[in-house]
Order: sequence, then C-alpha cells, then structure tokens
Amino acid sequence: MASVTATTDREVLLRIDGVSKVFDGVVKAVDNVSLSVKKGEIFALVGSSGCGKSTLLRMLAGFETPTSGRIYLSGQDITDLTPYERPVNMMFQSYALFPHLNVWDNVAFGLRRDGLKGAELAKRVDAMLSLVQLSKYGKRKPHQLSGGQQQRVALARSLAKRPTLLLLDEPLGALDKKLRETTQLELVNIIEQVGVTCVLVTHDQEEAMTMASHIAVMDEGCFLQVGTPDEIYETPNSRFVASFVGNVNIFEGKVDEDEPDHITVICPECTHYVGHGITGTSGMRVAVALRPEKIQLSPVQPNKNHNWCAGEVVEIAYLGPHTTYHLKLETGMVLKVQQPNLTRKMADDLTWGDHVFAHWTRDAMVVLTE
Amino acid sequence: MRKQSIMPRLRRMFTVHNLVIGIPMIWLFALTAAPLLLVLNISLAHMDITSVSSLWHWADNELTLKFNFGNYLYLGEDSLYFDTYVSSLKFAALTTLYCLIVGYPFAYFISRAPAHLRTMLLMLVMLPFWTSFLLRIYAWKALLADNGVVNNGLMGLGVIASPIHMMHTSFSLTIGMVYAYLPFMVLPLYATLVKLDGRMLEAAADLGASPFKTFWLVTVPLTKRGIIAGSLLVFIPAFGEYVIPELLGGPRTLMIARVLWDEFFSNNDWPMASAVTIVMILLILVPMALFNRYNDETRLGEKS
Repeated sequence: MASVTATTDREVLLRIDGVSKVFDGVVKAVDNVSLSVKKGEIFALVGSSGCGKSTLLRMLAGFETPTSGRIYLSGQDITDLTPYERPVNMMFQSYALFPHLNVWDNVAFGLRRDGLKGAELAKRVDAMLSLVQLSKYGKRKPHQLSGGQQQRVALARSLAKRPTLLLLDEPLGALDKKLRETTQLELVNIIEQVGVTCVLVTHDQEEAMTMASHIAVMDEGCFLQVGTPDEIYETPNSRFVASFVGNVNIFEGKVDEDEPDHITVICPECTHYVGHGITGTSGMRVAVALRPEKIQLSPVQPNKNHNWCAGEVVEIAYLGPHTTYHLKLETGMVLKVQQPNLTRKMADDLTWGDHVFAHWTRDAMVVLTE
Repeated sequence: MRKQSIMPRLRRMFTVHNLVIGIPMIWLFALTAAPLLLVLNISLAHMDITSVSSLWHWADNELTLKFNFGNYLYLGEDSLYFDTYVSSLKFAALTTLYCLIVGYPFAYFISRAPAHLRTMLLMLVMLPFWTSFLLRIYAWKALLADNGVVNNGLMGLGVIASPIHMMHTSFSLTIGMVYAYLPFMVLPLYATLVKLDGRMLEAAADLGASPFKTFWLVTVPLTKRGIIAGSLLVFIPAFGEYVIPELLGGPRTLMIARVLWDEFFSNNDWPMASAVTIVMILLILVPMALFNRYNDETRLGEKS
C-alpha cells in the first residue's frame, strides 16, 4: 500500500485522451478510452482476448494509429509519431528476438540505431546483460536459450535504450506456470530497479495483480474499472469485473432495507445484511458478490437471521493449501466456498453428500448495481 | 567378434525401410552418378576416329590403365576456353543479380498482398510456363529486332530517328535470360518472405530502425535462404544455357554451352567436350557446396 500512496502525488507520464480505434470502418476495437499513468507506475490492462487491450498497447507503441483521440507522453503529443521515433520500447509476446543475431547483438540492436558504438556500446549492452543475469550468454543465439532466458533477453533488449515508457505484451504468457511465478517477481524487481514506467497487457488477472500497481479491466474496447489491485478485487463495480477478477458467487436479489450504513438484500437463497450503503433505493434489483474465501462452513446452523445458507457438498477440489467446495443450495444455485487447510487432512473432514451451513460476515460481500 | 549366420543379416538388409530408401538411391545412381562417371571416363580417353578409346587395357597378365589428361591441359592452354568460362560465369552472375533486383520487390509485394490474392499473383508468375519456352524467346526477337515492336514504337512516337540495334547483343541476351529465369528467383523468395514473422519487423521499428534499416538488418538476413536458393536456381542453369544465347546472343557472345555443342557436333571430339563438361560441373559445385554448408547452419537455428 505504501507504494500506491507514494505514486499518487507523482507527475503524469502517459495520458491517453479519448482514444478510439475502428477497424475496417465497423469493428470498434477500442472505444473512447481515457487514462493517466503516473511516472514509475506499473499499469496493467487486463481482459479476455479481443477486448481491445492489445490494440491499445499497439497504439502506444505506434504500430496502430488511433481513429480518434490523442496520446501524450511527458506532455508531448506522440499520436502521429512512427514507432521508431517514439521513446517507447516494447517487449513482444513470445519475444520476437532476432533469430539471426546472438544475444549480445539483439540487445545492442536498438543502441546501434542511436549511433552508439565501441566502448560506450559495449558498456551499455554488458550492463543490460548483467542486469538480467545473462552475461555469460552473449554469444548464444536465441534458439540456444531456454524460454526463461529468452524472456530475459527480450527484457534486456527493450530496456537497453532506457525508454521513457516500457510496454509488455503478455510478458509471461510463453512460460510454464511454475516459472511464471518466480519470473513475475524477478521482472517487477528489474523494472523497479530501472525505475521505468510500464504498461503491461495480460489476460491473466493474477499476473496483473502481482505485478501492477494499477489495473484497468477492459471489455469490448472500454474500461470497466480502473484501480489498485485490491480495489478491483474487493470492490468491483460490476458483475463482469467481479467475475473476471478471481472467483465469485453472485446472488441476484432485491434491496429491502436501505440505510446509510447498511442495507439488506433479499435473495431466493438467503437474506444478506451488507455493512455498507449504496446509491440506490429499496426495491431496486441488485447483485450481491461474495468471494469463496470469505465464507465459513459449519456443521451446525448459525444463530442469526441472515448471511447464511444451507447446502450439500457436491464437489471437492483439494488444492493443498486450501480446498474448494461446491455446495448445492436448495434453490439449485451452486455456492463456491474456499477453506484454508489449517490442519492436516483429517478423517472427519467434509465429504461428498454432507449437509453443511455456509455463513459469512456483514463485511464479506459487495453489492453490485451493474 | 561373434560370428553371425547369413540369413538374419540378409533379412536385416531387406527391411521395408531400406527398400523405401533403396529404390530412389538406385534411381539416382542410374540416372545421375552413372552417366557422370561415363562422362568422366570419356574425358580421360582418346578419340580414335569414330570411337572413344578404352581407359584400361589387359595384355600379358597386366592391367594397364591409361588416363589422358591432355584434354584438361588443353583447356588451360587455349585461352578460348578460359575466356568462355569467364564470360559464361559473368553472364550467369549478371542474370542472377538482375533477377534478384527485379524478383525481390516482386516476391515482397506478393507475400504482402491479401491472402486471397496471393495464389492468383503466383499463378501470374508461373503463367509463361504454359507456353513453349522457344516461342517465348522467339517473341523477344520480334520485340527487339531493328524493325521490331520496340523500335517501331519509339520511332512512331518520335523518340528516336533511327532504330537502336538491340538484337544479338549482350543486351538482348541479358534481357532474355532474366526474363526466362525470373520465376525461379521469385518462387523461393516468396516462400521465405511469406513466412517472415511480421513481429520481427515491428521489433526492429520499435528499437528505432527506419523502414530502410529494418529491410537491410532484418528482412534481408531473415530471407537469406530464399535469396541463396533463388540465386542458385538461376545461376546454375544460366551458366550452362544454350538456347537463349543461340537465339538472342550476338555472334561473338561466348557461352560455354555453345563451345560444348561445337566440340560434340562440329569437331566430333567427345573427350574434349567431356572435359569441358567436367570442369563446368566443378565450377557449379563450388557455390552449391557453400550453400549446403550455410543451409545446415541455419537449419539448426530454425529448430527452436
């Protein structure tokens, strides 16, 4: 959280002002999007494929020209600059390393275009290779490296010119899961060490949450929500955002009591007592979003009038650190519940067919009006 | 070593695998290696009025092998041969160069065209093959002759007063060669250009390379295989080309295939003609071997 508050008073580096991109006159890939990214921030664009996030990134790089709107970098309008005139570098999806050049020459490619040569060039390239811990691999060709090493070469190549803005297109998409987790933090460390502002595109919301200080969730070319990872996760503003970022149970219902400090929502499954107010009226149709990890299970009926329901265990997914249970409620709705495995697996643990009670606190859920 | 009976060994020899490989191998030997050995044989023999002398002689329990290197030595003595080789190499190299200069933009354009148009454009490249080769070369005569289409057209427009002499010069020869061999350059170039990863070009632009620099530093190196393959496909047949120099070339245009023809059919000197052929093959093998070495190196690079 400290880093988030620290960035709030920094200057705006990248400003996207009402940018749209229409392909072939009909397909609206990006629809009137505006955004500010502050200096030193790692900003993530997330969304499913075809949501426009890649098109937006390509417009920042200069590979696509916006149909309307302007893009400003450090206050300068860069909308009409060609890719090779922009102080922006991109780390491509699956890297796009030059196969005919060795690692050293790949990293040197951009610096040579700036006219660097001799000792100065060698100094910069060697510094980059040591930053990504590939000093010994300079003579290798890209195909002689592992996926993780190629990824680091790609990073070194895109950072070599000390860009004002670094673009990452699915930076970890080509790596396997285990490697991805370690690489995520490594990548963030390097980016923070260099201090470069970063816009990253990913379809993986977990990746976005670990790496980015701010996230924009995109769908059909629009931003649905922009905020810090915890804002997006804990207070999503729509059903789409709630279900796109992480797992969620959605209860459809009607507002009953509407007080400034709390509301109650009547759903077919149960009555929710929500510990925050909404801008709405009683009788309004809303959705209550409840994350699986915020639910507790108990064999006995809770002693309260709301925020609980009964169900039968129909599915158990044991994941090691925690277990996900699917409870079938009387209405037919399936409730996902995640329980931490605080003790080792016991004989009297829940099993298929067990009848249990799920309950949660007044601050566990969020009411969605959209 | 353990002694093996003959049957399992025979059975191992006649596996399906060996048969599948064996048939084309026999074919290659019968149609490529054997004739070549015959030519080599003749090149080392004498011409005895109507027949070629035998290289080996068996008498008094002695096998005598006699190689006549006179033909090869004569190739070095008479400057005509040397000049003709050089001239042939020059024409083949120029043809290759012009085909590359004309063919590269051609192939680039086709590979960047919308996918549904590409097949049609490739068809247009191959369309001339549907008419007779001789006919197409003769057509150039009609175009380039002193009273041909080009001269008449230019004179009619008043650009020139008297016809430009183009036929039977190295100009008409080069035009004919480039025209005939262009498809052999375009097709392999297209094949590599169409596979070129567009992200490579974007990466180069992103790193600050202008379109021109991107072309030289990324596009050309990444299509090197197509350039080399196309160049060889043009260079090798152009080097031994007979018909085009005969029809479009000047009387003094030296091409090795013409010398070959003269040795065989005018001088009836088979050993000399064979020696000319063997040296010609050796001259072609050098670029071939270089290409193969490069090919092996890059194939490793593309496995990733």
